[in-house]
Amino acid sequence: MSKRIDVTDLNVYYGSFLAVADVSLVMEPRSVTAFIGPSGCGKSTFLRTLNRMHEVLPGARVEGKVVMDGTDLYGANVDPVEVRRQVGMVFQRPNPFPTMSIADNVLAGVKLNNRRISKSDAADMVESSLRGANLWTEVKDRLDRPGSSLSGGQQQRLCIARTIAVKPQVVLMDEPCSALDPISTLAIEDLIEELKSDYTIVIVTHNMQQAARVSDRTAFFNIEGTGKPGRLVEMGDTSTIFSSPSKKATEDYISGRFG
Amino acid sequence: MTVTSPTRSPRTPAAASGGTRSRRRSGRGFYGLSLGAGISILVVLAAVAAFLLIEAWPAIVASREELDAISWLDASSLAVYIGPLIFGTLLSSVLALLFAVPIAVGIALFISHYAPRAIAQALGYLVDLLAAIPSVVYGLWGALWLQPVIDPFFRWLSDNLGFIPLFADYTPPARNVLAASTVLAVMILPIITAVSREVFLQAPRLHEEAALALGATRWEMVRMAVLPFGRSGVISASMLGLGRALGETMAVLMIISPGYLFSFFLLKPGQHQTIAANIASKFPEASGLSVNALIATGLALFTITFAVNMLARWVIARRKEFSGAN
Amino acid sequence: MTAKTDLSSTPDSLPSSPLIHDSRTLPRWSPWAFLGGSLVVATGLLALIGTPTPTGVALLGAVFFAISLTAYSARVEGRRHATDRFATTLVTAAFGAAMVPLVSLLWTVLANGLPMLTASFLTSDMVGVYGDIQGGVLHAIVGTLVITAWATVISVPVGIMTAVYLVEYGRGALARGITFFVDVMTGIPSIVAGLFAFSLFTIVFGPAYRAGIMGAAALALLMTPVVIRSVEEMLRLVPNELREAALALGVPKWLVIVKVVLRTAVAGIVTGVMLAIARVIGETAPLLLTVGYVAQVNADVFNGRMTTLPVYAYREWSQGRVGVDRAWGAALVLILIVMLLNLVARLVSKYLAPKAKP
Repeated sequence: MSKRIDVTDLNVYYGSFLAVADVSLVMEPRSVTAFIGPSGCGKSTFLRTLNRMHEVLPGARVEGKVVMDGTDLYGANVDPVEVRRQVGMVFQRPNPFPTMSIADNVLAGVKLNNRRISKSDAADMVESSLRGANLWTEVKDRLDRPGSSLSGGQQQRLCIARTIAVKPQVVLMDEPCSALDPISTLAIEDLIEELKSDYTIVIVTHNMQQAARVSDRTAFFNIEGTGKPGRLVEMGDTSTIFSSPSKKATEDYISGRFG
Repeated sequence: MTVTSPTRSPRTPAAASGGTRSRRRSGRGFYGLSLGAGISILVVLAAVAAFLLIEAWPAIVASREELDAISWLDASSLAVYIGPLIFGTLLSSVLALLFAVPIAVGIALFISHYAPRAIAQALGYLVDLLAAIPSVVYGLWGALWLQPVIDPFFRWLSDNLGFIPLFADYTPPARNVLAASTVLAVMILPIITAVSREVFLQAPRLHEEAALALGATRWEMVRMAVLPFGRSGVISASMLGLGRALGETMAVLMIISPGYLFSFFLLKPGQHQTIAANIASKFPEASGLSVNALIATGLALFTITFAVNMLARWVIARRKEFSGAN
Repeated sequence: MTAKTDLSSTPDSLPSSPLIHDSRTLPRWSPWAFLGGSLVVATGLLALIGTPTPTGVALLGAVFFAISLTAYSARVEGRRHATDRFATTLVTAAFGAAMVPLVSLLWTVLANGLPMLTASFLTSDMVGVYGDIQGGVLHAIVGTLVITAWATVISVPVGIMTAVYLVEYGRGALARGITFFVDVMTGIPSIVAGLFAFSLFTIVFGPAYRAGIMGAAALALLMTPVVIRSVEEMLRLVPNELREAALALGVPKWLVIVKVVLRTAVAGIVTGVMLAIARVIGETAPLLLTVGYVAQVNADVFNGRMTTLPVYAYREWSQGRVGVDRAWGAALVLILIVMLLNLVARLVSKYLAPKAKP
């Protein structure tokens, strides 16, 4: 249920514009890797290359290798749809499907793929996924209500439940708390702590405190100026990065001396 | 965390199973369907032009003797026959535009900047209702309600301004081009209003507030900030309206007493006819070469409206580029 | 003249007058008072020279109102405010002017059509009808419904799939070209659509072929661009986040489109289709050219002439006398069908829309 991802020499382009350059790093299984860095440094763009979501944007392409479990995700025979099933993603703003109930939202990965599932299996899956997302006790009496009837924090946990219901190897989180209040944020952070025993988790965050709280390893991305590509500056154990970073830029950013 | 639901054996993405392949096929099939639908639009439009041309061709190449055999075609050639029809079509449409544009701009301003916010949308819906009324009902209304109502006005016009040739020699009932244009104006009012309203609503709020903050009255604000911004929008809206008016059949057919002249006597019956109304009045009884001749006039109408609409869309597209650059 | 609203006042007049003290504006009710007064004066004047008609009173009253209010405002408030009031009057009058045809049209159709709206009018056709026999519109209702249904069957799938292509797949020159020509197609005159259908079927099936499907083809040509436009608009309203959420769950793009995008937009799509139907159901000219007129019910869309309500109304009107009454009756039935479609469209959009709050 958890796989390691090796990235080597990755370049991301939008058309002819090089957005992210020369990234090589490893994301370990059963741990949380955090990407931090200033706005526009390409960390979200890079995150989206890990499950080929960036391909949704026209003109986006990638050079380099992203290897998971011995397979290059950008290999010629690899179906991006299958990649996304193995590498789930939680977005910045909670986005439950407005036409579906809470239960159907959890089952969305199954239902949208036209796969059949027995009633009891479906009920099990809804319960285990919602429990996994710490949402079960709050919503178990109103599973047939629309997903959009929940609060923002609950919606985001519903989206996490929806993601883990597909049983991915990896869960990518793109600033999952930036649209939430502090209490909901805390609930999500607790959840991340629990999820890492089963998944490889990669999280992009602007909140350095959050990165320090939830992650085991931290990667700092930076950009030299507008029009320049974002680059990986350094990566290491979170405690090391925050206490004694080896690069000046990292130290500047972490101590808040940056933009 | 324990997961109790049916476990899928961990698969690697590369394992392109049979399911994956069939899913990819469905995906490509769906894309093909949508692409095909899009291309079919181009094909159909080309087919419209092609089929009209094929069916019009016999009349275009027909000799004078052959054309003479058509009872209603009293002209030396097809071009000579179509000339007054094009004139009538343009005249009635341009008149309709002259009536409709000022009123439509007024309505659009009323809805966008004058009416209370709460009811503005409902008022807009009322105007849109005009667009939902079938053209044959406009014809009935024009022929049976409007003609007696407009009659005293035409009389007055002819009596007092009759020295201007435009308004000379009114003969009741009001089956002249001016009455037909009045109905056409009502019919194209909704489209011109709708497009103008959209443009006026897009007028930059900052400019409007800046004008008001300078102490401008509402009208001065509209003149300074809204109208200049909306000008090209109103122009293209008018051209869309013109396109509608050019092709409108029933209102003209049911009101105008037809004639085939290059005439500017707006109040005289039996002076004008439009291409569309002419086709509708003659087509059901036509056969042989006369059908081809009517289709040839239809081809002319198609060309004219096509050009007008292309021009209108071009103006709109150019405007979009400008506003995008700002 | 107070300084507050007058830009032309000289600076030295500023200190002497209180900053926010503007007694020289007309009270809020003054336009209404002027309107009432103008209408009374107009009625009186017209009564002097003849009997006042509503149209005359309204026209003359509006003119009096515009002149008197502007003149008074110019005296009290100054030229700029007078211009503003005059412009307001004109703009409001423009709206009022548009209501005249709408109200009179609906009123005439109701007044002339309602007496015709009997059970026998709705349930009989025109076979063996002569002289002052009322006759009926059953065959025309059947024809209208059948032909419009076929036009819908042809245009809706093409329209929806084209919109899907433009919104979800289309990029580059082809998509731009299609968008442009859809716009151009919107402007095809209905009579040209009729000629096209006629030419098409003449070339394929020979000149004697007449069937409802010809009319349906013509209507479909007019309807497709309308469907494309409204569906396109609805698909663009679906938030991109939903597409991404579904894609990130490992759902193939086409299923995302079918099960998320189209499903989320279904209310708007149905509404758009209904409104497109309402737009073409009243078309007369293309049906006059292709489908023609026949006295009895014909429900077979592939064989023989069919009567539709607009063509029926036109034909009966041109026959005169009792025919004119039938025309009004048919016009009322037609408008009722159009209004019903609009109503259903609104209800559908209300009930199918995703519910944000339970």
